Amino acid sequence: MRNITVTVDGISVTQDGEKNLLELIKKGGIELPTFCYHSEISVYGACRMCMVEVEGRGVLPACSTKPEDGMVVHTNTRQIRDMRRMIIELMLASHAQDCTVCPKSGECRLQDISKQLGVTKVRFKNVPREAPIDDSSVSILRDPSKCILCGDCVRTCTEVQSVGALDFAYRGAAAKVVTCFNKPMAEIECVNCGQCVKVCPVGALTPKYQIAQVWEAIYDPTKTVVVQIAPAVRVALGEYFGLKPGTLTIGKIVGALRIMGFNQVYDTCFGADFTVVEEGKEFLSRLSAGKDLPLFTSCCPAWVKFAEQYYPDLLNNLSTCRSPQQMFGSLCKEELATKLGKKREDLVVVSIMPCTAKKFEAARSQFLVDGNPDVDYVLTTKELSLMIFESGIDFDKLDLSSFDMPFGFSTGAAVIFGTSGGVSEAVLRFAAESIQKGAMREFKEFRGTEKGVKISEVAIGDKLLSLCVVSGLANARKIIDKIRAGDLYYDLVEVMACSGGCVNGGGQPITRDNKLAIAERSKGLYDNDRMLQFHVSSENPYLQKIYSEDLTPQSSHELLHTSYENRKRIVLDDFVISGTQDGVKLTVSICFGTSCFLRGSQELYKKLTAYVHSKELGDITEFKANFCGKLCKKGPVVSINDKTLENCTLEMATKEIQNVIGR
Amino acid sequence: MNTAVFSSKFDQVCYILDKYDHDPHMLITILQEIQAEYAYLPEDIMTYVATALGISPGQVFGAATFYAHFTLEPKGRFVIKVCDGTACHVKKSTLIIKAVEKKLGLTAKKRNDDSMLFTLETVACLGACGLAPVVVVNEDVHGAMDGKKMEVLIDEIRERENAK
Repeated sequence: MRNITVTVDGISVTQDGEKNLLELIKKGGIELPTFCYHSEISVYGACRMCMVEVEGRGVLPACSTKPEDGMVVHTNTRQIRDMRRMIIELMLASHAQDCTVCPKSGECRLQDISKQLGVTKVRFKNVPREAPIDDSSVSILRDPSKCILCGDCVRTCTEVQSVGALDFAYRGAAAKVVTCFNKPMAEIECVNCGQCVKVCPVGALTPKYQIAQVWEAIYDPTKTVVVQIAPAVRVALGEYFGLKPGTLTIGKIVGALRIMGFNQVYDTCFGADFTVVEEGKEFLSRLSAGKDLPLFTSCCPAWVKFAEQYYPDLLNNLSTCRSPQQMFGSLCKEELATKLGKKREDLVVVSIMPCTAKKFEAARSQFLVDGNPDVDYVLTTKELSLMIFESGIDFDKLDLSSFDMPFGFSTGAAVIFGTSGGVSEAVLRFAAESIQKGAMREFKEFRGTEKGVKISEVAIGDKLLSLCVVSGLANARKIIDKIRAGDLYYDLVEVMACSGGCVNGGGQPITRDNKLAIAERSKGLYDNDRMLQFHVSSENPYLQKIYSEDLTPQSSHELLHTSYENRKRIVLDDFVISGTQDGVKLTVSICFGTSCFLRGSQELYKKLTAYVHSKELGDITEFKANFCGKLCKKGPVVSINDKTLENCTLEMATKEIQNVIGR
Repeated sequence: MNTAVFSSKFDQVCYILDKYDHDPHMLITILQEIQAEYAYLPEDIMTYVATALGISPGQVFGAATFYAHFTLEPKGRFVIKVCDGTACHVKKSTLIIKAVEKKLGLTAKKRNDDSMLFTLETVACLGACGLAPVVVVNEDVHGAMDGKKMEVLIDEIRERENAK
């Protein structure tokens, strides 16, 4: 094939895999402004900022134009310059002007591009959109009044995560990005991954900050405030202070946290070592029993909620191990509180995470003990940077410091948790080591952040294991659907909701070249692993000490494992399909939730109405539909009066109907 | 015997979904036919449609709010459409609207009467300007209307319904 060469502002550029004119122009050294272009999602062409003049073809949006050989492109003609400025002015005219108090301030594309284009005056009257803030979610704050309708969140949620919690609704000037039925974020299928926060160019979607609560705890003299830091934070925080992505700043982070007044500074990786050991044991025992395989990892709370909503029948396959954050939390509140002679309520556990969904995880009912959470507050990387700025700490001059013991010691296997493939590698290292001492090796086949699905076979002992490492929930859905259909089989499936793993979490710094940043952060973690003394979690001496001195099999099960719940996608009440006004003797309630639907509840409903009809019971029967979302593994679920029938068949239901009416 | 049970609207929803083979590309057609059954699109039915088609409820909501044809609010059994196009307007259609509002206790926001028998809508033009001012109740066209005639018509419908 002939090479395609385009002239961009007089410089000739040859296409080499660039998908569109925008990327080719970037290669030529011109970065066009955009709001709606992200290489990870489909091209939308909505913002019209990347308009360029192509000789002979007029003004075109570069993002949705295919490069053609011999194209002559001008990116900064008078017409284009005027057009861009006009668009920005119009956007600003319908946008809130409270930049100084906006949580996105400093990372806002609208701010950046206005500045870049030198827009210092808006010629139009300011008529901001009016819409109430939705603060129902613990993870994500939504301020629709700031939305510029670029649709980045909609496409990310649908294409990358296959969730579709946000979508366009209404039409023309009334068009808005909304949740389904305008329900609060907390009541819909949002998995809290925060990828929408990462792509939102303005302040419409931001992490829900818990900074104020954390300062309060620090200022409270009756509280001992303990902080844990997740692996992916240490290779990203530096970006807020002018360092390159992937720069390891753990010493400075610990130093900063001490200055801020945290009493004990620990490492989430310590919790991760426990996760590896528990999950490794679980994996080996499931392998030898041949039961509940494939084993799905469970450290990603967005994936866990996703599984609870869409794959309730696979919840038995989910590892029962708590995530590192929660293992750390329960060990802290149980073991550390005792050692320090503190009451559970007086020990405040704060975690610093690259993730918005971790806020949701910390608030899960499974992780409350007498109403007191194992992890009290979760801060994102972004929030930590804000606290450091607020404290006036000069990050550049900051002295390095090291973690407190014993919860601050970890192995390299725990550090790599922060990137896609890390959990699998850590578990495999543990499995290899426990089958044959000294057999530990690295499993580089699962490394890298480019691919969303990484599949490989590895030999552990005399067994050949098949593993799948997947990141991005749309990728996960494709794989799981095939596993469920029986087309694919793996022994272990690692799922991370965010592409590339936690290094790309919803609470991480927002960068212009996200792909590069993720790759660099991931590399930073593997480098860190190499620098540490131990590479297999079971070698962690402090972990061994806690296992031998403090934990019994009973207490380790209670503290380190959890259970899952079936979840409705959205919160809805039951509704009556059909019924009589009075004289109802028979109430037949059928679940039409996703799982029951797939198990044939619609077919069963048809047969049951036909049965009721043939027995002339119509006068006394009421049919109800519900989305019970409670017994999904045992669907279809039918309730007849007060009796619930699981795995219901027509025979079971008719037998129960006969029981009730006494015929 | 109550036949309502066996010709229930929900059965129709299942039938419609089956008819189009649960094809998400047929969403708009499916919603149109469901609206023909329910007279509006209830949230729970839209959620059910999303589940059955394997798409997100947000996408169904997006389509349902995009087209003016779809309504998300329950409507009365008799939808009174008063034309307020140019011809009807100059023939004082606003007085008809006021008369209906007064008779049924409606306001600019409240468009259904308490008994859920009637819903008042105004439309831009029905294309029957020769009959101005025009009112359409469900499928029946009434030409050369005024406030008085409108009140009589409402009373008639009510009586007929009460007699049933």
